[in-house]
Amino acid sequence: MQQIISFFYKNKFFILFLLLESIALFFTIQSHTYHKSKFVNSANFVSGGIYNKINNFKEFLFLKRENLRLSEENVYLKNLLNLQEESIIQHDSLVIDTLNYKQKYTYTSAKVINNSYRKNNNYLTLDKGSKSGVKSDLGVINSKGIIGITQSISRNYSTVLSILNVNSRINVKLLNSNHFGSLSWDNDNYNTVQLLDLPIQAAIYKGDTIITGGRSTIFPEGIPVGTIKDFKTKNNTYEFINITLFNDMSSIGFVEIIDNLDKQEIKSLEEKTSNE
Amino acid sequence: MNKENINTTLIFIGLILIQIVVLNHINFLGYINPFLYVIFIFLYPIKKQDGVLILLSFLLGLSIDIFSNSGGINAAATLFIAFIRIPVLKSVIGKREIDYSATSLFKLPYFKSFIYILILTFVHHFIVFGLEYFKWSNFGIIIIKTFLTSIFTIILIMIIFTFISRKR
Repeated sequence: MQQIISFFYKNKFFILFLLLESIALFFTIQSHTYHKSKFVNSANFVSGGIYNKINNFKEFLFLKRENLRLSEENVYLKNLLNLQEESIIQHDSLVIDTLNYKQKYTYTSAKVINNSYRKNNNYLTLDKGSKSGVKSDLGVINSKGIIGITQSISRNYSTVLSILNVNSRINVKLLNSNHFGSLSWDNDNYNTVQLLDLPIQAAIYKGDTIITGGRSTIFPEGIPVGTIKDFKTKNNTYEFINITLFNDMSSIGFVEIIDNLDKQEIKSLEEKTSNE
Repeated sequence: MNKENINTTLIFIGLILIQIVVLNHINFLGYINPFLYVIFIFLYPIKKQDGVLILLSFLLGLSIDIFSNSGGINAAATLFIAFIRIPVLKSVIGKREIDYSATSLFKLPYFKSFIYILILTFVHHFIVFGLEYFKWSNFGIIIIKTFLTSIFTIILIMIIFTFISRKR
């Protein structure tokens, strides 16, 4: 017994080193497994607060671009309103019955307070957390397209798994046909992402638009993603398809977080079916 | 608290802030962000191996990881070089035993302290990028990134190092 104690005493620094090193490696492996970095993330009180302070200084740098984006979106939405007017006029009376409407998605606005886009696994930090109803696995977009999926949530802050992350897989489809594929990133260029698993039957051309597929409960259908930059076929499959994003991922100011109100219902139904 | 402890605390907090506020957003040539915070290991007084440095280096790395959402890669790398720094220093100086009270990195010949900093920085960066990619197929990228980022980090460290040693 005494020998054991003296052995531990002699090697106490080495044992301390081994213990801490294995904790660090445990965190590393956990962060490489999709959706499991529960302990080490920037959504906590201290780092979220510091990033918020820094962002208050940097905010004016992207205000001009952000205003431009907002006014573009306003014009687009106003045009949509005008399109509907004609069909409303065709009725000779106006009936407003709120029971006719069903809200499927809610949107929460948030500000990006930290953004990485040059690393292997990129994350964003937002200034809204569980206090504002943000949960994990919600879609994050802005008017130009998709940005990512929320991951870790604290009371006031949340982190977002960016689409520029090698672990990210998002269901997308072609605008002009119903062929689905999944979106991933090969860690080369922050303006270009890759479309995988698209069947060869889908005829694609340079410049075709890619939108979200609506097969997952995270993103609604039809949110813009990007256009096809180039592609190559090999052995009757698509070897690679590069997509240029509509968004400039290096400068993102304000975003919207989408919550699917039917998510619970869909999930429980799917679970019930797979159990049977 | 004596003067040495206060100094170490200030350097610890200052380095984390500089790293996350400025250096993580440099993106020189696209992706080069120097890890200046490893200078903490070099500025820490040379003592016979002690648990305080091992704990501090782990906490330093983990703080950087928390801010940059990178799991535990910086913690693992910083901890490792904190553990091997005395053996490396011994082999650089070429002595089997060091007089701990008399040795300081600033009193060493310039070239020897440069070699010491070079080895530890390179090992640190290799572990960081190795754990970030975590795949043998990316070995080329890991080596290139390690090499380029190390050059940048070492230049920064040597500038600060020269500045401090002149002041003394």
